[in-house]
Amino acid sequence: MSYLELLKLVSPEAIVALTALLVLAIGLTSRRAAAVTGVSSASPPTRAAGTRANAGLCSFIAAAGLIIAAVAVVMLPRNVTLFQGMLVVTPLNSLFKFICIALAFFTVLLTASQNGLPHAGEYLAIVLLATVGLMLLVGSEELLMIFIGLELLGLSLYVMAAFDKSDIRSAEAGLKYFLFGSTSSAFTLFGISLIYGMSGTTGLAAISQKLAMTSAQPLLAVGIVMTLVGFAFKIAAAPFHLWAPDAYQGAPVPSAAFIASGSKVASFVVLGKIVLIGFAPVQGSASWHALLAGWSPVLAALAALSIAVGNVVALAQSNVRRLLAYSAVAHGGYTLIGLVAGGRDGFSAALFYTTIYAFTLVGAFGVVSLVRRETGGDDYSNFYGLVSRSPLLAACMAIFMLSLAGIPPLAGFFGKFYLFSVALRAGANQGLLWLVGVALLGSFISLYYYVMVLKAIFVDEPALPAARPVDVVPSALLSRAAVAVLAATVLLLGVAPEILAGPILAAVP
Amino acid sequence: MIAWTIYITVAGAVLSLLLPRALARWIALVTTIAGLALTLLMFVRTPIENLAHFTTIVRVPWVPALGMNYHLAIDGASLTMVLVTGISAVSTVLFSWDVEDRQNEFFFWLLLVVGGCYGVFLSADLFLFFVFYELVIVPKYFLIAIFGSTNKEYGAMKLTLYSFFGGMLVFVGILVAYVTAGSLDLGQLSQFQFPPHLQTWAFPVLFLGFAVLAGVWPLHTWAPTGHVAAPTAGSMLLAGIVMKLGSYAGLRVAMNLFPQGFQIWSKWIIVLAVIGIIYAAAVALRQGDLKFVIGYSSVSHMGFVLLGLAAATSLSVSGAVLQMFSHGVIAALLFAVAGRMIYRRTHTRELDALAGMNLSRVLPFAAFTFVIASAASMGIPGFSGFAAEITILIGAWKTYPLAVWITGAGMVLVAAFTLRALKQSFFADKPEGVRVQEGRVALDQDWNEQESITVAEKCGACLLMFATLAVGIYPKLLLDRIMPAVETMRFLK
Repeated sequence: MSYLELLKLVSPEAIVALTALLVLAIGLTSRRAAAVTGVSSASPPTRAAGTRANAGLCSFIAAAGLIIAAVAVVMLPRNVTLFQGMLVVTPLNSLFKFICIALAFFTVLLTASQNGLPHAGEYLAIVLLATVGLMLLVGSEELLMIFIGLELLGLSLYVMAAFDKSDIRSAEAGLKYFLFGSTSSAFTLFGISLIYGMSGTTGLAAISQKLAMTSAQPLLAVGIVMTLVGFAFKIAAAPFHLWAPDAYQGAPVPSAAFIASGSKVASFVVLGKIVLIGFAPVQGSASWHALLAGWSPVLAALAALSIAVGNVVALAQSNVRRLLAYSAVAHGGYTLIGLVAGGRDGFSAALFYTTIYAFTLVGAFGVVSLVRRETGGDDYSNFYGLVSRSPLLAACMAIFMLSLAGIPPLAGFFGKFYLFSVALRAGANQGLLWLVGVALLGSFISLYYYVMVLKAIFVDEPALPAARPVDVVPSALLSRAAVAVLAATVLLLGVAPEILAGPILAAVP
Repeated sequence: MIAWTIYITVAGAVLSLLLPRALARWIALVTTIAGLALTLLMFVRTPIENLAHFTTIVRVPWVPALGMNYHLAIDGASLTMVLVTGISAVSTVLFSWDVEDRQNEFFFWLLLVVGGCYGVFLSADLFLFFVFYELVIVPKYFLIAIFGSTNKEYGAMKLTLYSFFGGMLVFVGILVAYVTAGSLDLGQLSQFQFPPHLQTWAFPVLFLGFAVLAGVWPLHTWAPTGHVAAPTAGSMLLAGIVMKLGSYAGLRVAMNLFPQGFQIWSKWIIVLAVIGIIYAAAVALRQGDLKFVIGYSSVSHMGFVLLGLAAATSLSVSGAVLQMFSHGVIAALLFAVAGRMIYRRTHTRELDALAGMNLSRVLPFAAFTFVIASAASMGIPGFSGFAAEITILIGAWKTYPLAVWITGAGMVLVAAFTLRALKQSFFADKPEGVRVQEGRVALDQDWNEQESITVAEKCGACLLMFATLAVGIYPKLLLDRIMPAVETMRFLK
């Protein structure tokens, strides 16, 4: 294998990384220039305009780089495995690299309207580095490489969460996320080392062969549970979800959107691969009448707990971002059901669900960021009367919330139907009915708080009739367009789910 | 052709949202009339024998990987329901002709409810069916919470949560049916032999889920509060069509899919139905708010539908379908009088307050309409209510004579509360001379001569009255189409 061929296979990652460096360089030079002019002429308005223009240039380059990377992903060959699975190119991996790039693209669009954010160049560079982390994570079937991807992703996300230096909540978000994240990384690494000790290899396929031959041992159980704990943190499954509300609420909105979407999608892809490929021989069973030790009862317990805790606690929230955080916990639980069901169908249902969830959530955060721009906050009361201020945003938010609640004909409904039908089919004799029941009860509870958001938007009158005047900045157009596109996507995927479900089903091995 | 009722209505919904305010109501009127016209055309032109089976109209693969089809079909029962949807929709639009606030949104939500109802009655694929079924819930919330009156946010949320709770049970039932039979096609599913132990638990789950929407006792409490909170158009749609979604779905899906489960549980459904009829009628007798009276009467009348379904003879089930039609028309008429003709002009619905207003002289047309509606509601021969209820009772006599006895006695209560409401609201004989002036509603300072009954209201009321009279005088018109369709279903005794 020549280096040229290797470079071709990693071209998407390379393009994104190069774009990150380029954006960083532009951001840096412009800061210098701004500082110099600031000292010499001391004219803040032009300086502000200059940085804004520069931020615009950075966003443009970042977006362009992501588009090129997406094209490169499309042009990847179909099936290549390098270095015992460190880099694997399959249709599934390419599809999810593409999805991760798309999510990063929308995050960049949201960033463009974030005029309060200083150092746009550096911020975008970190977003792009996190994207590289996502792509590495998705594109590998080997534990060490997965860990490196996790760390690259994690470190970028910690910085992104804490990026708003002027806001103490952002610092809190960053610190909390970092402390929880590094601890869980330690757990994961420990688990991986135990599994390596048991099987003598780090490639997922090889681990699976080894595990099939050895009998179940306590050490193996510890290794598996430790590994799962690390991922449970990443996907914010209860009881490892405590960082999520503060991170979602405190972090700058695009960061929160990216943490909630991209990081989650990639984590589910990897978690699915680890449990369904690597740990396939020790699946166990979560059926209520045939409980069998393995990872699937563990995931089932996590799922049930997440659904219960996430939905019940979300009822008590009055801040929309916190509400989205707790609902994210619940949705993590729903998605886990797909993995518990296992098999090809279960995996593709989980992937479908998490993908549409990610797009929905980026859109919802986009609306939140625009509302925050206009009213300076993101409590329910900031959403009062949104329908008269901006019918477009109100309609988009309605689509996102109803999709999350699982109302047809939106994507979330089809996702749930697919997920639950797969789960019911998985266990003999409807063994997973209990889990589906918990999930349905959870989504019944969730309807209440989603409708409360819509009530704030459509029914409640604004408390202050003369709210702060809407400052019309042209760059917000981009975010509005992004939100509208996402809403249209959610609607389209609900009416014609085949568009996404088809490729996923075809790609899952 | 009849599939276009759905497309036209949804397109009308979108148009009325996007086009200028002034056009919204015209678009709503044109689309609903077009829907009704299509239905009538279908009704007249389709030979009766073609309506005996669930005949496919459209069938397009939707998500082939999971076996979902966009599959619409029609038989006599669903055609009847589509017809009542069309009639109620037109009259609802006529009765909301002068909605002032946020018109575009109002007609958008309204048409979405109507479109969803058409969809439910026509779908022959379980997934599609559930999509339409759930699609109706959210617009109802907005219709009530934004445009409603008394305690609207509470009523709207209560109704939404109840409906969604029912929807959740339905979801379980549908998933189980889908996973066990491996198909979503209602035609195939109704041939499939589900294992008996599965039927014994899946049937009550599914049926109860539907029955929440049909207002079965003791899960009926959303209905009166929801009806009272809703704007007039909302109550008309809710009582007229949306409650029928539940009973129609119980018949088409729950009973048809799980006949053995149904046989085990049918006597309990009878018990619930009879309690519902008597209890709701008794409660209605004590209500002070005219809309609450009508709300409880809806629950009582829907009890007859459940009774007819659970008795499971071809006559009683056909009667139940006829009662769905009949009650759809009558309830819409009653709510139109109470919510629109009376409340908009007197600003009260309290029976005691109305009693002093001598409304029969002020609003003669409203009084006439209300008399007709009450007569139909009480089951006076010649109106559709009588035809439907007598069919149900005769049908149920063979299987559950005791239930028929109790219900027959209970019908006295129905007559009692209807007459009480009628007398108090229009014909109270305590005109305290000081208050009453000729041609004026005494209590209302803002009353003026312009507020007589409008042409739109007259048209709407006449349409509904015509429907109930036509079916009452010649019930064979519908029964001929319903009976053969019912006789092909497999749960009959």
